[in-house]
Amino acid sequence: MTRLLDIQGLSVSLPLPNGTLHAVRDVSLSLDQGGTLGIVGESGSGKSMSALALMRLLPRGADCRATRLALAGQDLRDLDDRSFTRQIAGPRIGMIFQEPMTSLNPVYTIGRQMTEGAVMRGLLSGAEARRKAIDLLDRVGIPDPEGRMGQYPHQMSGGQRQRVMIAMTLMLDPDLLIADEPTTALDVTVQAQILDLLDDLRRERQMGMILISHDLAVVAERSDHVAVMYGGEIIEQGASQAVLRAPAHPYTQSLLQAIPQLGDAPARLGAIPGTVPSLMSQPLGCVFAPRCAHARAECTAARPPERQHGPDHYCLCVLTTPPTGRRMAEPLRAHAEPVGEAVISARAVSQVFHSRKGLFGPKREIKALNKVDLTLKRGETLALIGESGSGKSTLARILLGLATPTSGEVTMLGRPVAELSGAERAGFVQPIFQDPYSSLNPRRRLSEIIARPLVLRGEKERADQAVRDAMDLVRLPKRLLHAYPSQLSGGQRQRVAIARALVTRPEALICDEPTSALDVSVQAQILNLLDDLRAEMGLTCLIITHDMAVVHQIADRVAVMYQGRIVEEGATAQVLSHPSDAYTINLLAAAPRFETKPEEIEVAE
Amino acid sequence: MTDTDMTLAAVDSGPEAEAEGLTPGQIFRQRLFGHTGFLIGAGLLLLIALIALLAPYIAPHDPFQQSLANRMLPPVWAEGGNPDYLLGTDQNGRDYLSRLIYGTRVSITIGVGAATIGMLIGVTLGVLAGYFGGWVDHAISFLLTAQLALPGLLLAMALVFIIGPSIWVVIGIVGVLHWTYYLVVTRAATQRIRSLDFVAAAAASGATPRQIIWHEILPNLASSIIVIFTFELGIAILAESSLSFLGVGIQPPTPSWGLMIAEGKQAMFYRPWLVVLPGICLFLLVIGANLMGDGLRDITSPEGRSK
Repeated sequence: MTRLLDIQGLSVSLPLPNGTLHAVRDVSLSLDQGGTLGIVGESGSGKSMSALALMRLLPRGADCRATRLALAGQDLRDLDDRSFTRQIAGPRIGMIFQEPMTSLNPVYTIGRQMTEGAVMRGLLSGAEARRKAIDLLDRVGIPDPEGRMGQYPHQMSGGQRQRVMIAMTLMLDPDLLIADEPTTALDVTVQAQILDLLDDLRRERQMGMILISHDLAVVAERSDHVAVMYGGEIIEQGASQAVLRAPAHPYTQSLLQAIPQLGDAPARLGAIPGTVPSLMSQPLGCVFAPRCAHARAECTAARPPERQHGPDHYCLCVLTTPPTGRRMAEPLRAHAEPVGEAVISARAVSQVFHSRKGLFGPKREIKALNKVDLTLKRGETLALIGESGSGKSTLARILLGLATPTSGEVTMLGRPVAELSGAERAGFVQPIFQDPYSSLNPRRRLSEIIARPLVLRGEKERADQAVRDAMDLVRLPKRLLHAYPSQLSGGQRQRVAIARALVTRPEALICDEPTSALDVSVQAQILNLLDDLRAEMGLTCLIITHDMAVVHQIADRVAVMYQGRIVEEGATAQVLSHPSDAYTINLLAAAPRFETKPEEIEVAE
Repeated sequence: MTDTDMTLAAVDSGPEAEAEGLTPGQIFRQRLFGHTGFLIGAGLLLLIALIALLAPYIAPHDPFQQSLANRMLPPVWAEGGNPDYLLGTDQNGRDYLSRLIYGTRVSITIGVGAATIGMLIGVTLGVLAGYFGGWVDHAISFLLTAQLALPGLLLAMALVFIIGPSIWVVIGIVGVLHWTYYLVVTRAATQRIRSLDFVAAAAASGATPRQIIWHEILPNLASSIIVIFTFELGIAILAESSLSFLGVGIQPPTPSWGLMIAEGKQAMFYRPWLVVLPGICLFLLVIGANLMGDGLRDITSPEGRSK
């Protein structure tokens, strides 16, 4: 096979007002014709930056160096920007972005956006381009491609837009396709379809593909080579099977232990301590050393050497033999409590939203919830799973008493929720939200944020002590007491949100996607924390999620939502192993998973 | 437990706390003093405010003192200038420098007063419309459309004519006519903030709408309100000048820059300084306010565009 892409010694740095950000350091990658390279890493690890550097799409002012940057033997560093745009970006390398909602221009038709590139470059005539576009739309699975050509992006769903994006990149027949988190913004079932499509297209056209993702399972399934990035460096790379089955770098090992696995008995997750390093200064030694369980003196003294751990498996670590002391799986601390009486229950709850186009436009009805029955019992953890738009967040707002349903009844502690005062509701149940960046008021200090529920209840005098207790509970250091949210990492913010929810000592939590905005290692910390809290406080939890593995990890009982209805409900083990509803079966089949069970993750020789 | 403890220990000694040890206040101050435009604007405004405050001490003459012997003296650098009257005298022989100094008081009072009245009206309506939505929003948006459709200056003239001219009337009318910008900005910002999770979290803790608006929403609007305030300050000062120029603003003999331009216009071709000097004062004040507004916008924006 011929070498399609060869990058050696790529470094990217960005000037920021308060210093230089070394986003990518000394990255070397290569890809064969028709091969797939997966780049995995947590947010801020430099994986997108590397791809953008290759496409010359870096932010203005960025400094990008490489000792070699060759596409099929042609050195790209020699090209000026003008010829790069004409010859490479598009015809040779195509790129698909994460957000299909914003990567198409809303004011032009699909047809115009698809044909524009080819016609403008003089590669195809208008009529030819149109024919090709229709063929490609058909190929990527858009029904009625001819009709769709005249439509605008807003007339399509997110999955369809991503298909259009893929078809558009293929218009110029690139040799290399870069997919930067192509399915992160999509639902699980759609994700599987899009990844299948990319796989098929790659095989048909013998394209090379770089698949960038934070999701190890996606990369494990879809690529033959993997590069693991951390702190701007590639710390381990090699054949997918070798890297993900027998990881050699301590970081890759911990990352794999931090992921809840569907095929395994739920156990404590191996959370990686600490947070992703700041890239404002270049570390002298190993970039993972501050969080590494196997760190020694030489780790911080000099950059670790690259060692080979197999025919095609390299790793940056001082250890000659990878650490073998695999952490024993620890059981979860919280036990399935004998379930008590119903504490919150919804009976035949429906919610209809009315929307109107303009002041005098026709009224439209959207049925967000359709006669939903759901009961949360004392001491249990109930997971509510469903895709975006299935109505699960609407239901959560109604159960919290923040919204009034169009019809149906919600009772809390045996009384209709409307009869309870705000303080009574707040004392019993508290919410935790998905996005820790919007759930904290940026203008308030942590002490004020956490104390706020107490102040609202008029219990100001005991706020001080309660705030400290709550911070202990969620394992937040006291020195952050007077910090502002902007000074915290995502995981710390989510801890603050949990501390605020717990400060009034509620008996129940309703968590709306509590970990989906967080990195895998931080997700593990939060899921372990929720386990601790259940064990220590006997909390009743309703967890809303789209992630089957999270359900498996934490829930006693699961309810599956689809288009505003609950289609299946039952004990987690039962539903996950023997789903009865067609939609649940679909959802389970689509969830990406490792082919290996964690027991098989053995350590390399 | 051991697992979490280990996590904890490492979080405690995490590097991020030291690296980002600046509080938002410190970062804000750093940006403030690194922004040239802001420093110039703030310096100008500070200087003008000082002149207004200390007018009786720094003005060389009584601004109302007429001296028919010294009518229409040119500034000291022009031919026939009198060193007693640095910037010359006007049609009635009053010292032009002293009148400009006292005129600062009128301009600042009207600018700040009118911008404050506009702020109270605009922010109140904007927050109500953005927070409650529905028919409240419809009603307030209708009010906004109606206000935007009115010819402002004409209406102001008519109102001053009906009520009778005085500095307080001018402040009131200019203020009442300049709230739309506040409303548009705060309404949109409130709608955005209202949908954020920390508002829902407050509601779930039993906060009333009033508590949410005061505690959660207004602090987040503060920076945009300050920015609009500085813009409106400039606009209000210009509006006063226009009204005074048209004869329905400040009434003689009270010195006001707009009025001085109006009075000087008959002799504009022979005595251009009568118009040019108050024009320069007006320009400096408005550009000072605008530079400061621009600077504040840059400084408070999250990306921190620093010039």
